[in-house]
Amino acid sequence: MKQPDVTPEVVQSHGINESEYKLIEQILGRAPNYLELGIFSVMWSEHCSYKSSRVHLRKFPTSGPRVVQGPGENAGVIDIGDGWVAAFKMESHNHPSFIEPYQGAATGVGGILRDIFTMGARPIASLDSLRFGEIDAPRMRYLVDGVVRGISGYGNCIGIPTVGGETSFHPSFNGNILVNVFALGVARGEKIFKGTASGVGNPVIYVGSKTGRDGIHGATMASAEFDEASEEKRPTVQVGDPFTEKLLLEACLEIMDGDSIVGIQDMGAAGLTSSSFEMAGRAGTGIRMHLDRVPIRESGMTPYEIMLSESQERMLIVAKRGREADVVRIFEKWDLNAAVIGEVTDDGYVRLFWHGEEAGAIPVGPISTEAPVYHRPIKRPEYLDRVAPALERSRVEDQDVTGELLHLIASPNLCSKHWIYEQYDTTVRTNTVAGPEQRDAAIVRVKGTGRALAMTSDVNPVYCYLDPYEGGKQAVAEAARNIAASGARPVAITDCLNFGSPERPEIMWQFAECIRGISDACNELGTPVVSGNVSFYNETEGRPIYPTPTVGMVGILENESAGCGLLFPEPGLDVILFGETSDDLGGSEWQQRVMPDALAAPPRVDLPRSRSLIDLLVALSDNELVRSAHDLSNGGLAVALAECSMSGTGCHVDLAGHADGLDAIAILFSESQGRAIVSCAADHTAEVLRRAKTARVRAQRIGQTETAAFLIERRGVPLVRTTAPELARIWRNSLALLLGGDSAEDVIRGVGEEAADVMAH
Amino acid sequence: MKFGIVILPGSNCDHDAMHVTSTLIGAQAEFLWHKDTDLKGADCVIIPGGFAYGDYLRAGALAKFAPIMEPIRRHAAGGGLVLGICNGFQVLTEVGLLPGALMRNQHLRFLGRDVFIRAEQTDTPFTSQLTAGQILRTPIAHGEGNYFAEAAVLDELEHNRQIVFRYCDDEGRLTAEANPNGSSRNIAGVCNRERNVVGMMPHPERCSEALLGNADGLGIFRSIAASLAHSPSL
Repeated sequence: MKQPDVTPEVVQSHGINESEYKLIEQILGRAPNYLELGIFSVMWSEHCSYKSSRVHLRKFPTSGPRVVQGPGENAGVIDIGDGWVAAFKMESHNHPSFIEPYQGAATGVGGILRDIFTMGARPIASLDSLRFGEIDAPRMRYLVDGVVRGISGYGNCIGIPTVGGETSFHPSFNGNILVNVFALGVARGEKIFKGTASGVGNPVIYVGSKTGRDGIHGATMASAEFDEASEEKRPTVQVGDPFTEKLLLEACLEIMDGDSIVGIQDMGAAGLTSSSFEMAGRAGTGIRMHLDRVPIRESGMTPYEIMLSESQERMLIVAKRGREADVVRIFEKWDLNAAVIGEVTDDGYVRLFWHGEEAGAIPVGPISTEAPVYHRPIKRPEYLDRVAPALERSRVEDQDVTGELLHLIASPNLCSKHWIYEQYDTTVRTNTVAGPEQRDAAIVRVKGTGRALAMTSDVNPVYCYLDPYEGGKQAVAEAARNIAASGARPVAITDCLNFGSPERPEIMWQFAECIRGISDACNELGTPVVSGNVSFYNETEGRPIYPTPTVGMVGILENESAGCGLLFPEPGLDVILFGETSDDLGGSEWQQRVMPDALAAPPRVDLPRSRSLIDLLVALSDNELVRSAHDLSNGGLAVALAECSMSGTGCHVDLAGHADGLDAIAILFSESQGRAIVSCAADHTAEVLRRAKTARVRAQRIGQTETAAFLIERRGVPLVRTTAPELARIWRNSLALLLGGDSAEDVIRGVGEEAADVMAH
Repeated sequence: MKFGIVILPGSNCDHDAMHVTSTLIGAQAEFLWHKDTDLKGADCVIIPGGFAYGDYLRAGALAKFAPIMEPIRRHAAGGGLVLGICNGFQVLTEVGLLPGALMRNQHLRFLGRDVFIRAEQTDTPFTSQLTAGQILRTPIAHGEGNYFAEAAVLDELEHNRQIVFRYCDDEGRLTAEANPNGSSRNIAGVCNRERNVVGMMPHPERCSEALLGNADGLGIFRSIAASLAHSPSL
């Protein structure tokens, strides 16, 4: 068939630069035709090829005693004991979600779930890490609502519980929101499948939804900055159908339970192109495909459109020769399309045919092995010279600063996110031991094993902006603390690295430093990186986002009924503070609220001490010595104590003897790392303190839990005086009220709650 | 005693129903495929939660045409037990085995959280082990759980004592605030006139073991098991 001519303009519009074009000619030994150019452009897009990030990603530690599968497959896999494994990964869907929030977020969920079940693992939980701009920024309420509805619409329908995540707001995301989705599945170890096209002569089978024109060049879109014309890219956002994905999930797991297939790969970014090239690449084979046999849902589609479509809910399967009928039978049982569209070959080429005529042929090896790898220039950003070593401000003598705490817990970053997570199904599959806001990490049991898995996602973009290396470390350390506070032992991480344009040396510096920080923390804490994703070009009209390397961590809870919640369970318990507090207000929530323009260094992470605290928390949980445990993070000590009190049981603490040199603001709101609060029965206090001493973790009994009172004092002088129910009222109501247009003052005073009640549901 | 758990395309609480009946209650249980035309000897059929046929058109609307519905109708007509949970309740109203309809939640959003419900009837095979007025904490997870029926139908339901569960507060009061979705008269679950078919929006199968923090729902499955044990003819 006649294809459009490849002119210099066409090449440019495909995002292929001059040297890349020369490389294509070298690989092919001739000029590419239009179809081949399209394939190169998506395979070599930043999104698919990692051409700017690859040299840095190699620095991650990726092996460990529990690692079954590290980076490179559809998801990472860890051994969780007794022959069971867990597959997990996190991915971004930032660009589509900013353009069309409902479908962008929905297909983000769908895509990551396919990555999990394509490994043969049944997905059992997901998390969402969401970064929005200021609530009052243009379109922001629409984006928040659309993203939450999209996750809800897709995740709830397919029946995978959304058990946790995080949501924060910062002006650096006004023009580029982040939607990072984590999913985890479990399988028997011997049932793990890989995406390989092995066995010459084996049939290549297309299954799932029909192919349409949606999402063509989605991967290329995700590899460019936004400008005023981005709104016109709405048609490049895919449309999701969670019902079909549910059928696809069940059909795929059913077929993988048998022995009729050798490899399977989801058609995610770059659709049929990436799936076919990656499967042949892993096996060192070739594939011959007849594109006219691909089930299509629109007439007149060209080979180019079929190869580049990102229609959702599709998979590519390589079956054993002669077993085609088994595959077709199972997919027909689930009312899904299955079509044999080609076969595995041994000539190392993906050859594409259109009604018998070869329409394109590309060697499999070179398109990945000879793909451009860029050592992008790196330059330390100048703004870092203006970051002061500590926040300069005037000292606040001990006095009642209750209002400061109330403003913080009413802020969008620190208030309850129940308005969001109550739109999600958090309990389907009957495994959710601890869902959102119950423990520092979500806990999901694995039926039949007696064990549970802990999972969390963490990063502080402000810290990463102010000090990318420390920020990278902090993301891992906080995730590990969250896992440990929930009772589980941290095991491994996945990551989702969201940055601005890699073509700016300053962004690449942030990227390299964050990776260095993550790597150092992973090495020290024994949590290798098993999978991940990079999202560059998160900038609009020249304004990049703050660096956001989201860390998704998984831990193992050996006894599914061990561990405890973060809330104080009853009055009369001792409250113990672990760790040390310094004047760490740089990058803190308090600083952002009160002195938003200040630039001061964020808290540093002492990795060996982090490790000691993690070991201590796990040991205390294993020995049932504590009744609650909560990590200190955003908002510091006062906010953490408030969070522990949200069930209505408060506390009365006196901080005398703990960092006495600090003023009232620093002692309450400093975000020094490596701290946690536990509560325990009074007759366990001595043992808890003894174990802390042995672990070389500073520990101090600071008070006890109370029926309802909430009182923080220093040598008898009240710094915060309120009640736990009052804190809970403000914290619970805030997000819906802020989204409804109320101010923080309104929330604190309790104005307008009637009106917002509908939204609060 | 045998449970049959229906798998419609898009069911997603089918494994949960299997877990509670086989693992937690220790009963025999088997999946029933939507294209099947017999119930494999099931004494109690459970239509589980999910999004049957994607809830496209209207929740439960397409499910009524599934081949498995014909034997379920005959089973119910013969006095056999049928429990519809969440999407299963929606399906049973569409099939016509239960009165009323489930509309979009009043606030037009999906809602997943724990609510309290009050057992209004204990003389059904599904609630015999509960005490009258017992308050259960149960999760809900639905976008279309707003129970609606004409006033005359509601009066008839009251008169025939067919309202099995109502949303209430933690002390059993039937307040508007305790009604999560705008359901008429705080209705969370109803039975047919013969009392052998029950539909409910809350998920008792999700709160039937202490590990998950709540075993309030187990009484419903124990009730079914006790009823079947005492009725060998079924």
